[in-house]
Amino acid sequence: MSSTARDRIFARLHAARTTVSPHVPQGGNWQAPMLDKAQRIELLKTRMETVRSEVHVVSEAEWPAKLLEVLKAREPKTLTYGHDAWFGGTLRSKVKGKGMPKLVPYGENVEAFRDELFGIDVGITSTLGGIAENGTLIVWPTPQEPRLLSLVPTVHVALLKADAIYSTLAEAMREMRWAEGMPTNALLISGPSKTADIEMTLAFGVHGPKELIVLVLE
Amino acid sequence: MGSQHLDFTANVTEALADRQLRANFKSALTGLMKKRVAVLPDEAERERMRDDAEAAKRNALAKLPELLERLERKCTENGIIVHWAETTAEANEIILGIMRSHDATKLVKGKSMVSEEMHLNHFLETHGIEALETDLGEFIIQLNHEPPSHIIVPAVHKNRQQVGRIFADNLEGIPYTDVVEELNAIARRTLREKFRTGHVGLSGVNFAVAETGTLVLVENEGNGRMCTTVPPVHVAVMGLEKVVESLSDLPPLLRLLTASATGQLVTTYVNCITSPRKEGERDGPKEIHLVILDNGRSKMLADAQLRRTLQCIRCGTCLNHCPVYIRIGGHAYGSVYPGPIGKILTPQIDGLADKGVLATASSLCNACEEVCPVRIPIPGIIRRMRTEAYDEKGDGVVKGHGAKKNLLETLVWKGWELTYRIPALNRFVVSMLGKFGDRLPNVGPLKAWTSVRTAPRFAPKSLHQLVKEEGIRHE
Repeated sequence: MSSTARDRIFARLHAARTTVSPHVPQGGNWQAPMLDKAQRIELLKTRMETVRSEVHVVSEAEWPAKLLEVLKAREPKTLTYGHDAWFGGTLRSKVKGKGMPKLVPYGENVEAFRDELFGIDVGITSTLGGIAENGTLIVWPTPQEPRLLSLVPTVHVALLKADAIYSTLAEAMREMRWAEGMPTNALLISGPSKTADIEMTLAFGVHGPKELIVLVLE
Repeated sequence: MGSQHLDFTANVTEALADRQLRANFKSALTGLMKKRVAVLPDEAERERMRDDAEAAKRNALAKLPELLERLERKCTENGIIVHWAETTAEANEIILGIMRSHDATKLVKGKSMVSEEMHLNHFLETHGIEALETDLGEFIIQLNHEPPSHIIVPAVHKNRQQVGRIFADNLEGIPYTDVVEELNAIARRTLREKFRTGHVGLSGVNFAVAETGTLVLVENEGNGRMCTTVPPVHVAVMGLEKVVESLSDLPPLLRLLTASATGQLVTTYVNCITSPRKEGERDGPKEIHLVILDNGRSKMLADAQLRRTLQCIRCGTCLNHCPVYIRIGGHAYGSVYPGPIGKILTPQIDGLADKGVLATASSLCNACEEVCPVRIPIPGIIRRMRTEAYDEKGDGVVKGHGAKKNLLETLVWKGWELTYRIPALNRFVVSMLGKFGDRLPNVGPLKAWTSVRTAPRFAPKSLHQLVKEEGIRHE
């Protein structure tokens, strides 16, 4: 049934060519401004904080201490992460002891891990970059860092390298060569999960993370 | 698509009498209008964005068959299974087939207007499948057995007290509350359990990129990501006008979509899906189906004016700015797509006989065209719907063209034409109206017209006659 439906649809689409020769206006008129590195960090931080993300700009050496501070303030019981993520070793050596969450690596397929995952408090992920104009994180999940890490836990902590912050989405797509090969799933994340479906009143954490915490590593 | 009889006048009368409904709409839509302007403050920049967004959509329509073939080829290479449906009935059957092939009985749904167009939930329920809406607004109205009243904020017609009662009445063990935070928490608890246990996830598509075979979904809540990531099977449904040529089309379209829809710079999530779970990946669906629906769209493409309806990116901003929609709300239209875009889209899909009346609910104030991010000439197409409904020239193309044509109106207009072509007849008619015009019987169309208007009084002498008698005074 569906192959003939396809044929009929395409027959109509091609036939439309004979009755209409459409005018197509010229595109390529809009470009958001390009910024220098300090401006990019500043704008990303401002934009993200506007939608209630927490952003900390820290040095490469300081981030584990900042993470412990963030965790201490929230006292989560469990934390999930990708075992082979670049920061996995640091996490295992630093996040331990009294008041620290239990580390639960996302090391199995979701079918086996799902029930446990839905009860976990914090998920930590790396990011591929950021976009200053919108205050956005670029997250391409991998076998090491699966998709649900940034969605299911109540708090999402993201590590972002300051050098990977682009001025605009268009620039990020160009520089990262998105058109040459898109991953299974590419995400742009710009804050905690939110909704305004009841009386346009903004509320956070309706399905996904209630909090997004970004550590920008300079 | 079968459509039930629409008594638009009765719906409008009822909506206008509902003060709570009007207050709910007015407060929400005024807020959305302000937020849109706040996020697009620079008019020149906004117009440049609209230039690009319009160009991207018109380019896609100009190359539609090639781009759809390319999308299909790319998706297939990426492992996405592509289905084509001419009608909503075919699309429903395809989805039922997918559910059955997996012995699946629980569908978790992200927001999709095309699935509303298909009446998918009702169809699946009659086949024993639970189709659960997970967008908070959609969830609320599904519990209350209502259709959406707005394409972006589906429960905009409800206030917090009404939502609290809907939850208390329909969810087990939930006491009444009207605190928004608590209502959200109730939805979160209920729905996360459903994501965890759903068999198949369904989503719409905001943009399908032909260049890479990527489905782009825009959302704030995260329920769309849940539906497209947690269950083992993902089904995406889209109208065939959703395809764009390349990734570089996305930045202006995304910016304007979110700015126009909710007054945001960007949504919390932009979810780009290109393939099912690959070897070694730990989550994501193992199977993805893309159902591409026509349902009258390919026919619109064949007309230079009507095809511009297909530029729509479903942002809903024309609803927010429409003086008619603001006052009567979405349900009065009795159609999946309400407001200005609905006035041109619905008659083209369902036919002028059933839905042509929607095009009459406009003062042609042009607000919709002024704010449309892709510059659809909505008022012009509304007038086209009105003209086609009468189809005096007999050259209409929209389904049901000529449906409103009737002898009385044809005669009246023919008489009007003759009166202005034949001077003697004109003199006769004008003098008769001067004498007896105020005593015309108040029946039929005159009665309807004067029910909300004061009938004008005819002057005993026409202007023509007065000028002849008195000359023109220059003062």
